[in-house]
Formats: sequence, C-alpha cells, structure tokens
Amino acid sequence: MTADTQSIVEVEGLSKSYWIARREPGMAGAIRGLFRREYREVKALEDVSFCVKPGELIGYIGPNGAGKSTTVKILSGILVPDTGRCQVLGRVPWEERIETVQRIGVVFGQRTQLWWDLPVQETFELLIEIYRLCRTRTREVLKELQDLLDLGPLLDVPVRQLSLGQRMRCDLAAALIHEPRLLFLDEPTIGLDAVSKLAVRDFVKRLNRDRGVAVILTTHDLDDIEALCDRVLVLGEGKLLIDGSLADLRSRVTRLRSLTVDLVDEEAHFECPGATIHSREGHRVHLRFDPEQISTPELIGRIVASHSIRDLFVENPPIEEIVARLYGDYRLDGSGDARGA
Amino acid sequence: MMRPHLAILQARIRVLLQYRAAAAAGFGTQLFWGFIRMMIFGAFYQSTSDPQPMTYEEVVTYIWLSQAMLVMMPWNVEEDVRELIRSGNVVYEMLRPVELYGLWFSRSLAFRFAPPLLRALPMFVIAGMFLGMSAPPSGASAAAWAAATLGALLVSASLTTLLSVSLLWTVTGEGVSRLVFSAVVFGSGLAVPIPLFPEWLQQILYFLPFRNLVDVPFRLYLGHIPPSQVWACLLHSAIWVAMLILAGKLLLNRGLRRMVIQGG
Repeated sequence: MTADTQSIVEVEGLSKSYWIARREPGMAGAIRGLFRREYREVKALEDVSFCVKPGELIGYIGPNGAGKSTTVKILSGILVPDTGRCQVLGRVPWEERIETVQRIGVVFGQRTQLWWDLPVQETFELLIEIYRLCRTRTREVLKELQDLLDLGPLLDVPVRQLSLGQRMRCDLAAALIHEPRLLFLDEPTIGLDAVSKLAVRDFVKRLNRDRGVAVILTTHDLDDIEALCDRVLVLGEGKLLIDGSLADLRSRVTRLRSLTVDLVDEEAHFECPGATIHSREGHRVHLRFDPEQISTPELIGRIVASHSIRDLFVENPPIEEIVARLYGDYRLDGSGDARGA
Repeated sequence: MMRPHLAILQARIRVLLQYRAAAAAGFGTQLFWGFIRMMIFGAFYQSTSDPQPMTYEEVVTYIWLSQAMLVMMPWNVEEDVRELIRSGNVVYEMLRPVELYGLWFSRSLAFRFAPPLLRALPMFVIAGMFLGMSAPPSGASAAAWAAATLGALLVSASLTTLLSVSLLWTVTGEGVSRLVFSAVVFGSGLAVPIPLFPEWLQQILYFLPFRNLVDVPFRLYLGHIPPSQVWACLLHSAIWVAMLILAGKLLLNRGLRRMVIQGG
C-alpha cells in the first residue's frame, strides 16, 4: 500500500472561482445592468493540496472568505471545483456524491439540518429513513449519542424552541446517526456560550479519541484548535499558508500572547518588566508577552503585586491577526480584502 | 417509492395538515370566488339562446369542483424548497444520499396532496348540499374521475418540481410561478372550461399537459367525457409526467453545476 491509499482525504491542486455580478451603484447602474452585466472573478481556492489520515483531528482556519467553507462543500460533493483532484474515502465527491455523503457527516454551524416544525426525535427518525439505516442498530447509536450529548430532555421539543447550544448538540447527533468515519465541522461553536462550547469540544474530542472518527474542524476560535487539534491548516485568500502543528503555526508567526489588565485607577501609571504595553484605553491596558521568557502565572503575579487591578485575562492573538501576519502585505485595518481588485 | 421518499412525503403531509387556519381561510375565499364565477357564467348562459357545449348545470358542478381542487394546481412554488434555496440550507439537502430530484418531487407531491385534502372534502359537502353541485352520473364516471385526479396530482407535482428547480436560477421564483400560473389557469380549463374555447385553441390545449389538471378529471366526473376514454387520458398524463420529470432532472443537474452557496 502506498501512502496515498492510506489517506481518507486527498486533495491536490484544488481551485475554485466564483463569478460575482458587479453592478454600479444607483439608478443608472441598475438600468445599465439590465443590458450588460459585468462579472468579476473571485478566487475562493487556489491550488490547495493536503491529505488526511484516518483518525486525525485537523483544524482548518482562516479569516472570513478565505475559502474554508468552499473546501468543505467541495469535499462533501456539494460544489464542483474548477480544477484539481480530490478523493474522499476513495471517491471523487462531486462525481459520486451519493456514495460519498452516505459515509461522511457534516455540520454547518450557521445552519441546521433539523426539521424546523418537528420535534428533534422526528428528525432523527426521518434521517434513519433517508439514510436507509437499520432501525435496531441505529437506535443503539442514537442512545449512545443521546447520553454523550445529554439529549434526553430535548427529544420531544420542536426544533424552533431549542436554544442555539441545544440545537448544535442535536445537529451533531444528526450528523453522526449514520456512523460516518469522517466528520466535517464548519464552525460548530459559532455563537455558542462558554458552557455549550465546552460541551461541543468535549464531545468532538471523545468522538475522535474513542471512535477514531477523523474530524476536519473549521473555526475562528483558536481555543477550539488548542483544545482539540494536533494539526492545523491555515488558509488565507484561497491559498494554503501552513500545514503543520499548532506550535509550528505560532512559531512561524509570533509566540507573543496578549494580557489585558483592568486597573482600578484610570490615571495610574502602569509598568511591567517582561511585558510590553501594546495599547491603553483609560483603565484598560493591553500587554504583549512571550511565554517562553516569562510564564503567565509569574507575569500575573508581578502585576498583581505592584498594581491594584480589577480584572485581567490572557488571550491568544486572534486567528485573523495570525493569518494577517502570514501575509506580509495584508493590511490589518480590515480593508485588506484585495481580492479581485 | 423508496424509503427516503416515502419518509419525506409522510413528514411533509403531517406538517401541512397542521395548517388548518390557512385551510379555513382558503375555504372561505374559494367559496366567495365560486359564487362570483357562478354569477358570471349565469349571465353568460342567460344572454345566449344558442346551444352550448356544456349545460349550465354541468358548469356549476365544474365550478365547485375547481374551487375544491384549486390548491392542487401548480400555481406557486413549494415553500420548503424556496426557503432551502433562499437560506442556503440546500447544502443539507445535498448531503443526503438520495437523488435531489426525487426528494423535491416528494416534497411537491405532499404540497399538492395535503392542502387540497383539507379543503376539498368540506367543499364537496357544502357545494353538494346547498350550491347545486351534482354527483357523477355513474360509478364508472366516479372511478374514472378518481383515476384522472391521481394523474392530475402527478402532473401538478412534476410541474411544481420544475418550479422548484427554476429557483436555482431565480431564487424567489415569483416571475416564473406567475407565468406558470397563467398557463395553468387558461390552459387547464380552470377559468373557462375548454369546450367553451374556439375550436382551433381547443386543439392546442388538448395537446398540452395542463388539461390533465382540470379539464380531464372534471369532465370525466360530469360524464362529459365518457368513462371508457379514461385510458387514453391517463396515457396522455403519463407521457407528460415522464417528460416533465425528465426535463426537471436535466435542469436540476445543470442548475447544481452552476450553483454557488454563500456563507458557512
């Protein structure tokens, strides 16, 4: 067996462009648009290649519009790429969509696959029929999922009455009812509160560790990545920038972390050896420090010893910032969307 | 039908049968329009002494039949599919290990089956008891009508699915469904029974699929088309259903190839 046949996902040179109709603003533009439309090409993916081995848990990150969802949609047979080769569980997804989707699970965090008007349980029953599953076997699978995700009290509730966190837990179960070996999670923690986020993370971790389900996790939340992923793919403007461990990613960009301190006194002088002041807004001070040179507890100890503070919290640099730095010419002020221009 | 299709069909019918308030309101409206149409045709029949291809009594029954079956006509887009496409949730539809056309056809079938069920039965009762609607002249006519109504349901569902597919291009479907609505209202004999049209137009309308929605089942009900002709009528429906399904599948595959789904 070659290395290639061991991979459950193989992507090579994948590219996809969208053609967006451009309309000049105002009435004149609208009228002109009736006769002649101009299209502009937006490159969603450019020459992306990677492999996934069975049982891997991969973080797939990048700013909005980087092409993450496009990748997931191509890998699950929904969209057709312009060029490139791709195999998922040994099949070309857009040519053998039905066979592919029978064996993968997908959750889009911003959408739901539950039937809005029906109780959760009935969506599950429907999925059993739609996937043509064995009813007795699936009842067992569902029982386990219910225990892991604590779905018991939710089963009789109509979907429209679920909170976002409850809905996400049900959506996860719905995506796993047919026991896929490969799961795509597209921003599963988006908009969730802290408790629900932890529940989702914990579940994904168990699923991967205990069942060996390979997971490709798209997220904006670096904490998701830190908690779950050994390997990270970073996408920016449709190009794959980094394929490596989280440590690789940090060292490629910056080791610095940020610490935000709320002082009691707005006027107080602030100084702290070992950290640099990044910015200050009244009583709030943003610091940057290198955890290799000073540990987080030590730094906090120093600050608490020498200043009276109300609150403080440590953050990782947001993914947007990391990816932005990976791009030398990417402008940080958010006007950096230079695509198609 | 296979398991997935049957499951979708049942689930949709269950949901649609919950909309009883809409059915009651629709029933009221259809009763009202039925009266207006009765008056229009009454005036028309009083103003002429020439023998007409249908008697006034037949036309009255025809009117109440059409008021009862109105929502079975392919006059609007299937709400679920429109919402799936508008919101982009169609991605989940494409994650099902089933041909998309079959799923959408099942949705259309439920959409054309459940709402008329809620409205037709009370309309038959009220129109039959108080409004001059008469029963079929024979058991054979009744059976022929039932069979042709099944054919009408399939023609309607395949046209509705075609409307669903058109949403991949137009997103709202307003324009296309208006066009189809006009074609259905005039082409099927819903507004004016086809025998009352000029001869040359009748020939065209008898060829098109729309007549299977109204003209065929209603005139079989009246005995205006003899029950012995039901087989020819069903064949005509079946050929059109096959062609509409084929067209729907081809268009759907083309639409999916060019599809763009925004957002996560």
